[in-house]
Amino acid sequence: MTDMSTPQPDRPRTMGLLARAEPRRLAELAPDLPAHSLLRAPEIGAVMVQGRQGGTSAPFNLGEMTVTRCSVRLDCGTVGHAWVQGRDKDHARRAAVLDALMQTDRAPMLAAMVLAPLADDEAARREEQARKAGATRVEFFTMVRGEDAR
Amino acid sequence: MYVAVKGGERAIDNAHAFLAEARRGDPSVPELTVPQIREQMALAVARVMAEGSLYDADLAALAIKQARGDLIEAIFLIRAYRTTLPRFGSSHPVDTGAMAAIRRVSATFKDVPGGQVLGPTFDYTHRLLDFALTAEGAAPQAPKSDALGPMPRVSEHLDREGVIEPEPAHDPAIDAHPPDLTREPMELPAARALRLQALARGDEGFLLGLAYSSQRGYGRTHPFVGELRIGEVWVEVEIPELGLSVAIGAVTLTECETVNQFTGSKTQPAQFTRGYGLVMGQSERKAIAMSLVDRALRWAELGEEDTGAPVQDQEFVLMHADNILATGFLEHIKLPHYVDFQSELELVRRLRVAAMDAEEAAE
Repeated sequence: MTDMSTPQPDRPRTMGLLARAEPRRLAELAPDLPAHSLLRAPEIGAVMVQGRQGGTSAPFNLGEMTVTRCSVRLDCGTVGHAWVQGRDKDHARRAAVLDALMQTDRAPMLAAMVLAPLADDEAARREEQARKAGATRVEFFTMVRGEDAR
Repeated sequence: MYVAVKGGERAIDNAHAFLAEARRGDPSVPELTVPQIREQMALAVARVMAEGSLYDADLAALAIKQARGDLIEAIFLIRAYRTTLPRFGSSHPVDTGAMAAIRRVSATFKDVPGGQVLGPTFDYTHRLLDFALTAEGAAPQAPKSDALGPMPRVSEHLDREGVIEPEPAHDPAIDAHPPDLTREPMELPAARALRLQALARGDEGFLLGLAYSSQRGYGRTHPFVGELRIGEVWVEVEIPELGLSVAIGAVTLTECETVNQFTGSKTQPAQFTRGYGLVMGQSERKAIAMSLVDRALRWAELGEEDTGAPVQDQEFVLMHADNILATGFLEHIKLPHYVDFQSELELVRRLRVAAMDAEEAAE
């Protein structure tokens, strides 16, 4: 399966946003998919997640996670790929079609209508967690006691 | 001669139907949904993902429902499912330093950069039953303040002063393909990479017991929790068709680094040493236990004495940490052993007859 499209500097970011999107949210933002054929039908499998010894040193195998992958070709010949966490085949297919569309002249429109809202959702979700965690940060205060206290 | 005995088909079918009814419980009580388990039994789900060694919260929740809450049975279901999945590849090693932490505490430095962040913890609760939870109520809301910034590692602190051992040197050839016990049977002695994999999927109770034994003096390691952090990390995978690395998802991990007293050896000056624990999901008891056991197992490379403690014995730890292997072997003895037992019974009878004959002859 070769990919003849021109390399896009933002493609990893695009594919990541599509993969990490809530499947329902993605379907809501991009409900209608153009005609396409499946180069690789959505397939469920596993990816081994690696950690590092001591957090920073040599890699080790921590455990697997479920992943679904899919590759499609649009009628114009553009190929799109998706690897998404989880077992949602529709999600993988939609992400692959959008990956392909992002290499066509529809990219600017989709960047604004689909990718920007996905990026906002993700940033908001992470910000919300970070703010809740922030509220649990300990503020120490020192009580001075004993004869030397002034 | 071997005689196969058949039968029990009807009994087995009916037993499974009885199981299904018992699983459902009283039908006048609403049935649990898988999303309810995923959201409200999140730490049980985390344990099943970690020890099932497959990160998928919906599958873990389903397994818990099917197993009637028996977590080892649920882990068994996940392990069995896992074997049906093709392996697409490996991720890049996750960067726990860049974790979006919801909890991060250090027991060694009060004023650690980034602060002590308690997160959603049971610590400092009074462990009194909360009867308010018996009734349904409005969903609680957590307060918010300024968002947490980056969290530098506590060990970097000690690193700069040189009072903690540097992470041991590693071999790039091995790093490209770390040993994987789901692919090749475990061989002993096991490298640290393989030990950490086995511990990460090992039984929480077993690791807890081992770690506790080391604290009580069986292979003492004098640990402090240098840092404990929980949060999401991105999982980056190289998409082979494109040769591009993409963050395709996120997993919640619990990471523990212990700082251990080490008085030095013939070759090394006194310094602190490290133990490491990393577990899928939110599971700090296990992450702490794992780092104590990891540290204890490093006795040989650090030139420490083998005191003969169980926690220092690789074979004892690694060959008994897996609860699915353990329960499989343990529980199989309840299955029919009629023929094995018959042969033993006949042997015992023959020996008794022989002994009685000998007694009579002596009289």
